[in-house]
Amino acid sequence: MNEEQRAPIADDVLIRVRGLSTVLNGKTIFDKVDLDIPRGKITAVMGPSGTGKTTLMRHITGQLAPDAGEIFVDGQNVVRLDRAQLFALREKVGYLFQNSALLTDFSVFENVAFPLRQHLSLPEVVLRNLVLTKLQAVGLRGAADLMPHELSGGMMRRVALARAIVRDPMLIIYDEPFVGLDPIALNQILKLIRTLNETLGITSILVAHELAAISRVADSIFLIAGGKIAAHGKPAELERGETPWTKQFFSGEADGPVPFQYPAPDYAAQLGLTGARA
Amino acid sequence: MSAVRKPSYLTDGIAQIGACSLFLLRILAAVPRSLRHFRETVRQIWFVGAMSLTIIMTCGLFVGMVLGLQLYYVLSIFGGTAALGTVVSLSLYRELGPVVTALLFAGRAGTSITAEIGLMRATDQISAMEMMAVDPLAYVVAPRFIAGLIAMPLLACVFNALGIFGAHLVGVSWLGLDNGTFWSNMTSSVDVWKDVVNGVWKSVAFGAICTLIATFQGYTTAPTSEGVAYATTRTVVFSSIATLALDFVMTAFLM
Repeated sequence: MNEEQRAPIADDVLIRVRGLSTVLNGKTIFDKVDLDIPRGKITAVMGPSGTGKTTLMRHITGQLAPDAGEIFVDGQNVVRLDRAQLFALREKVGYLFQNSALLTDFSVFENVAFPLRQHLSLPEVVLRNLVLTKLQAVGLRGAADLMPHELSGGMMRRVALARAIVRDPMLIIYDEPFVGLDPIALNQILKLIRTLNETLGITSILVAHELAAISRVADSIFLIAGGKIAAHGKPAELERGETPWTKQFFSGEADGPVPFQYPAPDYAAQLGLTGARA
Repeated sequence: MSAVRKPSYLTDGIAQIGACSLFLLRILAAVPRSLRHFRETVRQIWFVGAMSLTIIMTCGLFVGMVLGLQLYYVLSIFGGTAALGTVVSLSLYRELGPVVTALLFAGRAGTSITAEIGLMRATDQISAMEMMAVDPLAYVVAPRFIAGLIAMPLLACVFNALGIFGAHLVGVSWLGLDNGTFWSNMTSSVDVWKDVVNGVWKSVAFGAICTLIATFQGYTTAPTSEGVAYATTRTVVFSSIATLALDFVMTAFLM
C-alpha cells in the first residue's frame, strides 16, 4: 500500500475526514467538512432531513466518491482504494441500512449467515450457533425460519442489525436504527449497542433523530446542517442549545437557521392569491 | 449558449451500447470469481432453463405442427410432400429453433431476470452485498449470464425436437405421409455440423446477448417502480431486435 493510501493517524481516531466537499444534483451537500470519529466510541451524526447524513456514511464506506477531500478509515484513504482494497476494508465494517436491505429470497437465518458463508468456511454447527447467538441478542431467535416478507418493519431492522454485527466488525454504522422499534425493542437495542461498544471495543456511528435514545448511548454528537458541521460535543452540551443551530434543532422550532420549508416560490403567489383583493 | 446537452436518441443509444459492452467485460472478469458460487449458478440454470421448459415445449410443438401443415400444402402443389421432414427439420435447426427459443426466452426468463435484479437494486440489496464485501457481479449477475449461455442451446434443442415431433404428428399421423419417407429424407439431407451445430452456436450467441441485455437493464435500472417496469419492457424489445439482427449476421457468416 503506498503512502497516499495510508496516512499516519493518531490511534484514538478511526475515521478522519478532511476538506470533504460534495455536490449532488446541483445542491451543495458538504462544503469543506472536517471531522474526526474516535476509535472505540459511539458517535452520533444528527441533522435535519436531507442534510447529507446518509451521504456522509456512503462516503466513509466508499459507496460514493466525494467531489473533493480525503477520508481515512483505519489509516486507509477510502477515496484512493481500488475495489479489492475497498472490499477488504468493508469486511471489517458492519452497515445497517435505512431500509434494512434484507435479501428477500433468504430466510432470517440465512440473511444473518450470509456474510459468514461468503467470507468464512466455518463448520455448519459453529455457523449455526453464531447466527443464533446474534439473533438471540436482537430478540429474534424464534423467527430464524421466517422469510423477510413475514416480518414487521421493526423486526426487519433487528434482523439487519444482527447481520451487521455477526462478524464482530471494527466499525458499525447504524443508519436510522430506531425507526419502527417499540419501546421494549428500542431499549434492548440501545443496550446491545452499548454492550458491543464496551465489551468488544467496536466503534459505532449512529445516524438518527431520536435525541432521547441517542443521549443514552452516544459519547458525542456531530450536528450537520447547511453543508457544515454546525455543532459538535457531548449530548448534554448540545442539548443546552448554546448556538442557534443546536437551540433550534434540539427544541424542534420551525424558525431558526434551519429552514423547515424546502425552498419554494412565494406561497400566496403559488395559490393564486396575489392581487385577489385588489 | 446553453451548457445542457440536448437529448439525442442516436448518442444516447450509442452510449447505452458502449455501457452494455463495458458491462459485458465486467461480467467476464467476474466469471472466475463467480465459480465459488456454483450452487447459485445451478439454481439459475434451473430457474431460466427448467422453468422455461413448459413454454418452450408447447410452442415448439405448435410451431412444428403449423410448419407441417403449411409445408405439406405447399409441397403437395409440386408433388414433393416426401421432402416434408427435410424442410421442417432444416427450418427448425437453422433458423426457427434458435430464433423462436431466444424470443420466448427473452419474454419468459429475460424479463424475470431484469425484474429480480432491478428490485434488488431498488431495495438496496445490491448495495447491501457490496457493503458485505460480496461482489454483486460475481454473485448475482455472472451466475445468470452463465445460466443463459448453458440453458439457451438446451432449450433450442428441446424446441427443435418437439417441433419435428409436431410436424411428424401432422404429416404422418394426420395427413398420411409415409413414416419411413419422412425420417429417411430428413436424416439423409440434414448435416450435423452444418445445420445442427451451427444452430447450436446461434443459440449460444442468443443466450449471451439476451442474458446480457436482461442483466444490464436490471443492474442499471432507476430504483423506482416505473424504472423497473421500463427496464423490463426494454429487455424484451432490445433482446428481440438484437436476436434478429445477430441472426442475420451469423447466418451470413455461417452459410
